[in-house]
Amino acid sequence: MTYTNFTVETDADGVALVTWNMPDRSMNVFTEEVMNELDKIIDQVVADAGIKGAVITSGKETFSGGADLTMLQKMLKIFAKEKAKDPEKAAKLLFDNAGRMGGLWRKLETSGKPWVSAINGTCMGGAFELSLACHGRVAADSDKVKMALPEVKVGIFPGAGGTQRVPRLTDTQQALQMLTSGQTLSPQKAKSMGLIHEIAEPKKLIETAKAMIKNGLKPVQPWDEKGFKLPGGPVYSAAGANLWPPAIAILRRETYGNYPAATAILKSVYEGLLVPFDTGLRIEQRYFTEIMQTKEAAAMIRSLFVSLQELNKGARRPDGIADTKFKKIGIIGAGFMGAGIAYVTAKAGIPVVLVDRDQESADKGKAHSDSLISEQVKKGRAKAEDREKLLSLITPSADYADLAGCDLVVEAVFEDSEVKKVTTEKAEAVIKSSAVFASNTSTIPITSLAKNSARPKNFIGIHFFSPVDKMMLVEIIMGKKTGDKALAVAMDFVRAIKKTPIVVNDTRGFYVNRCVLRYMSEAFKMLIEGVPAAMIENAAKAAGMPVGPLALTDETAVDLAQKIMKQTIRDLGEKAVDPRQMALINTMVDTHGRLGRKNIKGFYDYPAKPAKKKLWPGLKDLYPQLAPEKVDVEELKQRLLSVIALEAVRVMEEGIVTDPREADVGSILAFGFAPYTGGALSYIDGIGAKKFVKIAKELQKKYGAEFKAPKLLIDMAEKGETFYQRFDPYAKAEEKKAA
Amino acid sequence: MADAFVYDAVRTPRGKGKKDGSLHEVPAVRLGAKVLEALRDRNGLDTAEVDDIIFGCVDPVGEAGSVIPRSAAFEAGYDNKAPGMQISRFCASGLDAINFGAAKIAQGADEIVIAGGVESMSRVGMGMSGGAWFMDPSVGMPAWFMPQGVSADLIATKYGFSRDDVDGYAVESQKRAAKAWEKGYFKKSVVPVKDQNGLTILDHDEHMRPTTDMQSLGQLNPSFVMPGEMGGFDAIAVQRYPELEEINHVHHAGNSSGIVDGAAAVLLGSKKAGKTLGLKPRARIRAFSNIGSEPAMMLTGPVDVTEKLLKRAKMKISDIDLFELNEAFASVVLRYMQAFEIPHDKINVNGGAIAMGHPLGATGAMILGTVLDELERRDLNTALVTLCIGAGMGTATIIERV
Repeated sequence: MTYTNFTVETDADGVALVTWNMPDRSMNVFTEEVMNELDKIIDQVVADAGIKGAVITSGKETFSGGADLTMLQKMLKIFAKEKAKDPEKAAKLLFDNAGRMGGLWRKLETSGKPWVSAINGTCMGGAFELSLACHGRVAADSDKVKMALPEVKVGIFPGAGGTQRVPRLTDTQQALQMLTSGQTLSPQKAKSMGLIHEIAEPKKLIETAKAMIKNGLKPVQPWDEKGFKLPGGPVYSAAGANLWPPAIAILRRETYGNYPAATAILKSVYEGLLVPFDTGLRIEQRYFTEIMQTKEAAAMIRSLFVSLQELNKGARRPDGIADTKFKKIGIIGAGFMGAGIAYVTAKAGIPVVLVDRDQESADKGKAHSDSLISEQVKKGRAKAEDREKLLSLITPSADYADLAGCDLVVEAVFEDSEVKKVTTEKAEAVIKSSAVFASNTSTIPITSLAKNSARPKNFIGIHFFSPVDKMMLVEIIMGKKTGDKALAVAMDFVRAIKKTPIVVNDTRGFYVNRCVLRYMSEAFKMLIEGVPAAMIENAAKAAGMPVGPLALTDETAVDLAQKIMKQTIRDLGEKAVDPRQMALINTMVDTHGRLGRKNIKGFYDYPAKPAKKKLWPGLKDLYPQLAPEKVDVEELKQRLLSVIALEAVRVMEEGIVTDPREADVGSILAFGFAPYTGGALSYIDGIGAKKFVKIAKELQKKYGAEFKAPKLLIDMAEKGETFYQRFDPYAKAEEKKAA
Repeated sequence: MADAFVYDAVRTPRGKGKKDGSLHEVPAVRLGAKVLEALRDRNGLDTAEVDDIIFGCVDPVGEAGSVIPRSAAFEAGYDNKAPGMQISRFCASGLDAINFGAAKIAQGADEIVIAGGVESMSRVGMGMSGGAWFMDPSVGMPAWFMPQGVSADLIATKYGFSRDDVDGYAVESQKRAAKAWEKGYFKKSVVPVKDQNGLTILDHDEHMRPTTDMQSLGQLNPSFVMPGEMGGFDAIAVQRYPELEEINHVHHAGNSSGIVDGAAAVLLGSKKAGKTLGLKPRARIRAFSNIGSEPAMMLTGPVDVTEKLLKRAKMKISDIDLFELNEAFASVVLRYMQAFEIPHDKINVNGGAIAMGHPLGATGAMILGTVLDELERRDLNTALVTLCIGAGMGTATIIERV
């Protein structure tokens, strides 16, 4: 028999080798067709008396990335349509679909013939669940082999037996940790957990897998044997009583109950371990069906998987411009930002010239890379030769002439228009006229900086976030005259260093900082109202933000907030800044000398480690405190998220950001906007524009103009539109297809 | 409705709830049998007349399973006509058994009911009956489950009780209990546990540490730091009470209720029953109530149920002469006193579970007997008995002498 996505070859010993190798795809994924073919292959193996057992592997470098999530998106669309007609029928349809893969793996493991999975590379989600259903599991001994059930990270659920097989193979605690965090396992870790049987040299992978069958591998899973005992012991046992209550608490600690998929995993494991295996699979299928219908799943699949991938692939890159192959990149300013940019550039294998006023400063910038990569080596995440290579790529220099031959120069010098002007002129004097000059400014409009350039077409903003090595988002800022080629080069650079680019038109604060300032400012207002500081911080975290707004202000420095406010007053007038907020920040900085984390006192006190930071008790004395019972925490959460979301709407309305994918993904990657919502705009889409406008009006009445719903949103509310309808990112592609 | 009266109340001494505790050799059912025997023998009770025996038992598993009061009645040689029923409302079970019995009498269904409770914590163990409340994520999440000790620490943090406050309360509890024993205030109710030869196994509460002082308590480490931090429960407390930045752990073995073995039983009856039995009623069950309270803080149910009960009984705090609130943790009592501005000399006047121990299912019946003895000794009239309860509940009963 022949298949489109698989080959089946049976050797002289009667062991079939099933090789998964999808045409026209760089990675194997589960599609309807793949599942149909696997179904037939299982039948073939069972029916053919000449086949003793089967080994399944991949013909690609990776084993498989799991399910094709766009397929899941389509399935949900069909479900939504059907639900409008007949909710019960729709639920049944979804339930049956949800059980398809799980049913197939169950068929495989009860087929009566032994199956071995030969895991040659990355093996994710449904593919790892397929492996777990095999009676034998061998992984190649290679850094490239990574195994995980990462579904929870995009709001869904390992629904093809993952929640049932893992805790029947390893102890419950490790199983829960792996399932609820989407943790990636090395072959060594997977073996120590009992999830795989053997680790083989990559060259001997298939041989080892086949040998398991030849040596009489029993085609029966442990849980199908009589007298099977759970590796972690029964749920209701002393061990279980020590495990489950904290497991529930820790899940809430980590998720604030915001991630239904994570909670459902816990429930599925708990309920599943109390019943026989097949019943457990059915319980899992019910939870999977439930989770697929949540708005969190839809929002997270879209933003954290589909949109993120599209942006990483350069969805916003202008067509018709050849990919840039970077021979050399120049970075001017070897301070914390410049040094960080040099590090990520060299890490991507691109030679860097790191220029500063004098050799000593430039050397210091390079030393930053040394300390970062040395730390990686120490932690075993990089090898000594990686360090050598990386450092050899960075040339520190005090001479602008060394910038000659750069395809791209990024300046990260002091935030001062004059300094930047000189820098631009000196660099442009050396680099070729076709080279792109980029500024990493976070405060000065690109269009005004471009005036210093002899070729504003090639002048662009590439705005990194601190710390550069950790922050995954980069804003690419388009000046008025910035050309398509500069945009393409900037995007190619951001993609080369494996970060996610979003394209932002020029405005004060660009996109991200406008939102972040709103977040902080709302917290200042709350403090002034007398909301206990802990409530503000805890409400923010409960709303899904990774860092409370006061802690964030401390990180970026309170005196920086003061500087920004003062600058805003200078530029836009007294009314541009709330005088009470100005007074608060002035009191913090001028009266109490509380500058933030950098001088170990800001809104928090920062005692020496291991002690944890603690809110400054003096905050209580700044404003009369409200009784906690008088404060509506749900409203605090709503204010903190809405104030950001509304700023994102304004940014869209002004045409600063034009693609909702960028606004959403940008808000999550840059400041961790409640990921379960799918991002700042999806947050509104999830609530519905009409309802959100109503909420905004209420908030405006109580808390001020920052909650005023922009015209755009009111219009959307009237038309019943979502952002993804109004600014359909795929419309252009569809048009093109139609033409 | 008929009135329900208390005719008698007995309890065993409380044995240390460990393998080296004196009552560890005594099966749980025998503890129950001992108090049934005592009630019968002291009152010349014709056990064929007993309409029901209701016992609270929080962990009715293993030897404490299978309706322990029925089993205890067999061992005590009660007439077959006296049935039995076991109930649980966690720590208030013993008091709820009394309220239940009183309700049956008030309704006219029963004339004579024995209500009480039994717990052998050394033999059966705590939490042995399991439960979805803390094990099942579908319940534990919405219930904001955390161990009671963390909840007690949460109360201390939220209402501002320091380590010194809770330790100070504990020292006083020990002092009061020691004095009460010394002066014989418990004599009327405590029935020594004896073996089949008449030899005494235990005749006093052996958990007490009368020499406890601030200094000795100060040396104890707080017990709930580990579950709070490692188990994630502090985070739950802070998520539920976001005005708090962290939990101040102040409770330890010395200011929390002791783990002990024991049983108690109260003879309840209608007015008519008293005539039949030739007994004089000692008190009337005036009113009782139950409530569910916020489950994360869990142990503030006594405040909520007291408010509810006083309202229903049309009474005021000042109408109550003595309060008896189970000393599950020091902060529970301190919060109750704070909420109602009750002076310490009106509450738990003879100490409580911090000194003498808390045999879960029996305690409610024990402390009702204790406060009744004290009302009589002081010649006062009215007492309110209440207990905090796992999962956020409260039970309270008002008795008045007749």
